[in-house]
Amino acid sequence: MKRQRQRLDTGARIDRSQRLGFRFNGKSYEGFAGDTLASALLANGVRLVGRSFKFHRPRGIYSAGMEEPNALVQLGKGAASEPNLRATQVELFDGLEAASVNCWPSVKFDVWALNDRVSSMLPAGFYYKTFMWPKSFWHRYEKVIRKGAGLGIAPQAPDHNIYDKRHQHCDVLVVGGGPAGISAALAAGRAGARVILVDEQAELGGALLGNGERIEARSGVDWTLGARAELDDMAEVRVLTRTTAFGYYDQNYVLMVERVNDHLGAPAGTLRQRLWKIRAAQVVLATGAIERPMVFANNDRPGVMLAGAAQTYINRYGAKPGNRAALYVNNDCAYRAALDLVEAGIRVEAVIDVRANPTGEAVAAVRERGIDVLAHHAVGGTLGSKRLRGIEVLALNDKGDGFAGDIRRLRCDLLCLSGGWNPTVHLFSQSGGKLDFDEKQACFVPGEARQAVSAAGAANGVFALQGCLAGGTAAGREAAQKAGFEEPGAPAALPFSPPEADPLNPVWRLPPVSKGEMRFVDLHNDVTVSDIELAAREGYGAVEHLKRYTTTGMGPDQGRTGNMHALAILADIKGVSIPEVGTTTFRPPYAPVPYGVMAGRDVGVLTDPVRMTAIHGWHERSGAVFDDVGHWKRPWYYPRPGENMAAAVRRECVAARDGVALLDASTLGKIDIHGPDAAEFLNRIYTNSWSKLAVGRCRYGLMLGEDGMVMDDGVTTRLGETHYFMTTTTGGAARVMAWMEDWLQCEWPDLKVFLTSVSEQWATLSLSGPNARRLLSELAEGVDLSVQAFPHMSVRDGRVAGIDARIFRVSFTGELGYEVSVATSYGLALWQAFLRVGENYDLTPIGTEALHVLRAEKGYIAVGHDTDGTVTPGDLGMDWIVSTKKDFLGRRSLARADCVRPDRKHFVGLLPEARVPEGAQIVDEPRRRPPMKMIGHVTSCYDSATLGRPIALAMVAGGRERMGETVTIPLTMEGRVVKAEIVSPVFYDAQGERLNV
Amino acid sequence: MLQIPCPHCGPRDEVEFSCGGEAHIARPKESDALSDAEWADYLFMRANPKGVLAERWCHTLGCRRWFNVERDTVSHEILRVYPMGEPRGGGSGA
Amino acid sequence: MSDPSLHQSPLATLHLGGRESEAAPDALVQLAERRAVGKLNLRADPANTALMQALETVLGYALPLAPNRTNGAGERGALWLGPDEWLVTVLSGQENALLEALSQAAAGHHAALSNVSDARIVLSLSGPRAREVLEKGCSLDLHPRAFQTGHCAQTRLARAAILLHQTDDAPAYDIHVAWSFAVYLWVWLEDAAAEYGLAVGDGE
Repeated sequence: MKRQRQRLDTGARIDRSQRLGFRFNGKSYEGFAGDTLASALLANGVRLVGRSFKFHRPRGIYSAGMEEPNALVQLGKGAASEPNLRATQVELFDGLEAASVNCWPSVKFDVWALNDRVSSMLPAGFYYKTFMWPKSFWHRYEKVIRKGAGLGIAPQAPDHNIYDKRHQHCDVLVVGGGPAGISAALAAGRAGARVILVDEQAELGGALLGNGERIEARSGVDWTLGARAELDDMAEVRVLTRTTAFGYYDQNYVLMVERVNDHLGAPAGTLRQRLWKIRAAQVVLATGAIERPMVFANNDRPGVMLAGAAQTYINRYGAKPGNRAALYVNNDCAYRAALDLVEAGIRVEAVIDVRANPTGEAVAAVRERGIDVLAHHAVGGTLGSKRLRGIEVLALNDKGDGFAGDIRRLRCDLLCLSGGWNPTVHLFSQSGGKLDFDEKQACFVPGEARQAVSAAGAANGVFALQGCLAGGTAAGREAAQKAGFEEPGAPAALPFSPPEADPLNPVWRLPPVSKGEMRFVDLHNDVTVSDIELAAREGYGAVEHLKRYTTTGMGPDQGRTGNMHALAILADIKGVSIPEVGTTTFRPPYAPVPYGVMAGRDVGVLTDPVRMTAIHGWHERSGAVFDDVGHWKRPWYYPRPGENMAAAVRRECVAARDGVALLDASTLGKIDIHGPDAAEFLNRIYTNSWSKLAVGRCRYGLMLGEDGMVMDDGVTTRLGETHYFMTTTTGGAARVMAWMEDWLQCEWPDLKVFLTSVSEQWATLSLSGPNARRLLSELAEGVDLSVQAFPHMSVRDGRVAGIDARIFRVSFTGELGYEVSVATSYGLALWQAFLRVGENYDLTPIGTEALHVLRAEKGYIAVGHDTDGTVTPGDLGMDWIVSTKKDFLGRRSLARADCVRPDRKHFVGLLPEARVPEGAQIVDEPRRRPPMKMIGHVTSCYDSATLGRPIALAMVAGGRERMGETVTIPLTMEGRVVKAEIVSPVFYDAQGERLNV
Repeated sequence: MLQIPCPHCGPRDEVEFSCGGEAHIARPKESDALSDAEWADYLFMRANPKGVLAERWCHTLGCRRWFNVERDTVSHEILRVYPMGEPRGGGSGA
Repeated sequence: MSDPSLHQSPLATLHLGGRESEAAPDALVQLAERRAVGKLNLRADPANTALMQALETVLGYALPLAPNRTNGAGERGALWLGPDEWLVTVLSGQENALLEALSQAAAGHHAALSNVSDARIVLSLSGPRAREVLEKGCSLDLHPRAFQTGHCAQTRLARAAILLHQTDDAPAYDIHVAWSFAVYLWVWLEDAAAEYGLAVGDGE
């Protein structure tokens, strides 16, 4: 293991007593607790950490935060490793193992680096233009090209980490725990508001952790620790670190991901990450700012770094990013970094400043230390390849838009860049807020807000520390006040005026010193100044087009360091202002979010609820094969040992026709309808008339949408003078209830009707078959089951097997049938009682498949099976149920021209030669090859045990006029053609004699 | 995820509600007097403005009551919530 | 009345019987089914003061008129479900008698009563971390400043529709959930509560 040769001996927020071993690209290193992978690599003198996306150029650590474009790593080994993490954000833990992405076979020798040699042949749009000839060959090229691109390796194994979610409400959400955010949280917390303060870092402090600034005679870090202690003492304040707010949605809904255990390597069995769903009355965004680089030729060598990042590595991590440095700046801010570099023992060769005459306080301090300040100069290029060896400096011409004079070479292994700051406005923009352009600081700042949100500190374009503290306090106080909280006796906020400083001079682009040298704007996606110029020349002058054509800003770093340059260069070429060019749209997520945390605990058995009837456990134990109906699992059939589906269904059907069958019908929708206007209400809802239904009698009803199409059906029973009981299909239960409430509340509030869903109150067991009465009579008490006393389509209350029951004499099989409803908790007891007594009758439990065969033999429709929302009662041949004497929902539509066409599809029976799949198309022509005219389709098809042959139900154009004709069902995929005869849909007991026994 | 102020239950997440589309579309009483085109207009044609739209929402998972909402379809801001039967455009109405 | 010995909870398929006696001394969450709660769904117009008075006479307490509020608790109380809808709770076994008495009181008025004792079951969730468990799957603001003892709400917990009722400051909650969703929600609650330590109660 190597010594940490670039590590400072004292200071910084690391714990030198806690040594952590880690491996990077196969080599072992050591770092300290408090390190990130990036700071530990720098401390170990590792400069080359990755290869660029397109040209595979050597790259080094560029930043100290989430804006990192270069240092992307694959974390962990094997099938569950994670790609594309920023080394600048990966907290070091003992045993960490990481590797560079996008290089093969190694980061030092990368075969795809050949792309760099021929880079002049690979401008923006190269792949689009080149590999389109001939078009059909793209899929061959693509495989090879994709191998050369790619970002790490997607994990192959299931993610076994544990993720969770949590909802939380607050009065004030403060995003960002730097000086502004802390001040805002303190102010809001002191006022008594419920506050959530989040920061993506391991500890609060933000820029204070890295820039060495002092507050009220204390170090910024000490001030932060004091504030944290005060926040922790407030009962209604919650501080979340290692938490990134990544999405800002409507009505102040903010999503955040908390990395609970990643810094420990996410040990198995522990919670790795938690998704927080925050609903905040007020939001304060104190999300800081991201430093901009300077753009020049070969500005991507390992050793080129943002100035603030270099400062952070020294002050926060005690890691020297180089030994001999230069700075290239356009503003005063980075001069403080120069002083920190000197303090850390780094030799500073010069500060190169594009401004003509910088005179600020920090500039003077730098000059005092004897450091060369090369004003009105620029960096024209760099030396070195896998690491920076030096820079080329030139004087600027009088206009400042080109070079004058000779190249001067400076030896250095670190070049710190500062091109000003971009406020992190992503969340503000996601919230719908408008952005204004701050000309003086050349950056976009939050403008008019659309939601209850404000910005403070650097995120608001205020970069001076005193301004962050004052602005944060004011924003926190105001947010709390708007949420109804005020701190009594809070001192008035001090007015803040920014310190005098020389204005920044944004020099967005300078011409190349020698032709063909690449000036990178987007380091991750290898987009250069020339690419942007080319795009503008070729007509991609709109910013969204520019982005897609050049891919600038489309990498995992989303162009956080380079986007502003891209906009500014485009504006420059077009001769318009930057705000006229505008920004691309900021969309969530602000930072990548693992799929695992989106899924949370909705995995395995919790993926989706399974609704269970009272009999569910028995069905399972008895080997039922289940059919999914919504969230329900309904028994499909109950195979006996050695039986296949066909055999089981045949046996179940025979039992219903010849003996007695038992079906769990509990999933049917059930609605109590109460009120003096209940009959009138049913008249309007159903197509048939309900005025004369006697108490104790049942009636079948058909329900249409206002478009005249069949929506649902079921049996409704009159239980009392003003009390009806409606059943719906299983799938339609919730929809029908909502539909009826809608009409009652919104259109017919005058009707005195109350609806109550009682679907779950009743377990409904259906007995069906010639022996149903005899079986039921053994268990029923207090009910005369005789045909005279209890006719078909009527109801009786009684007791069955010691259980209070409501018995309906109805049938969906065409056989003598009873539906016995009992309170759900007694459903299993009743089922078992039936089975016990049923032994004498060979009672057979049947599933939904047998039920479907039986009802199809009778020509009974199954709504949603034989109908699909385009079928009228007339199409079904059910005009008999459509009243002509009253209005009802859908009636007017039945008279629409399209609903009375003679060539509409009619519901008919088919006698096919063989069983065909449901949905199969029907044609007249026996030709095998499409295209041909389709005249209908099969809606249901079964092997009928009763008829001993396949039967089908179908919708066929003009079908009722074509009885006896033969049509063709071509099954092209299976290579066969089935002929079928059109017949009546009622295949069995057309007179209904078996019902009235 | 919108937050919708149910007039009875207060602000709740959008998942608890269902949207009934454009509000204030009364069912024609004398539908037989309407041409097919007029009936189709009632059935199918709905406003789709960029801006303020009056919609019906039902607090399906809560109190199951329907109510009207004025919502800006661009900003998703909910401008007003008012009972069924009250006319659009402010005022206490009926 | 049905033979109570034939009654079965939806949770029977989970075979919790053995679990109830497990010692969980550090558990910060308790979960149990409350089996003794009979329930009636009542619809009535609150503006009909004569009807309200008649119902109150039978119940012995007034129906809560403020949204999402309750009157009474446990086996004797009423929970607000809507502006003209309540869930009336009664000791299990007495629901038919109460339904009959209320129906008589409402005679001549427009009102609706349905026995829904089996439509939902009641889970009792309590303990110092009970609120955190709910916050994992419920978007309601359950902070004591917003939701207190005596408050109720129909909402969503995980993927199930529930009626939530805070019954104690401790806190303790009653969760009414549809019979068919009971197993799903129980399993979800067990999973969500695991990190705080869960004691499975033996119901009442």
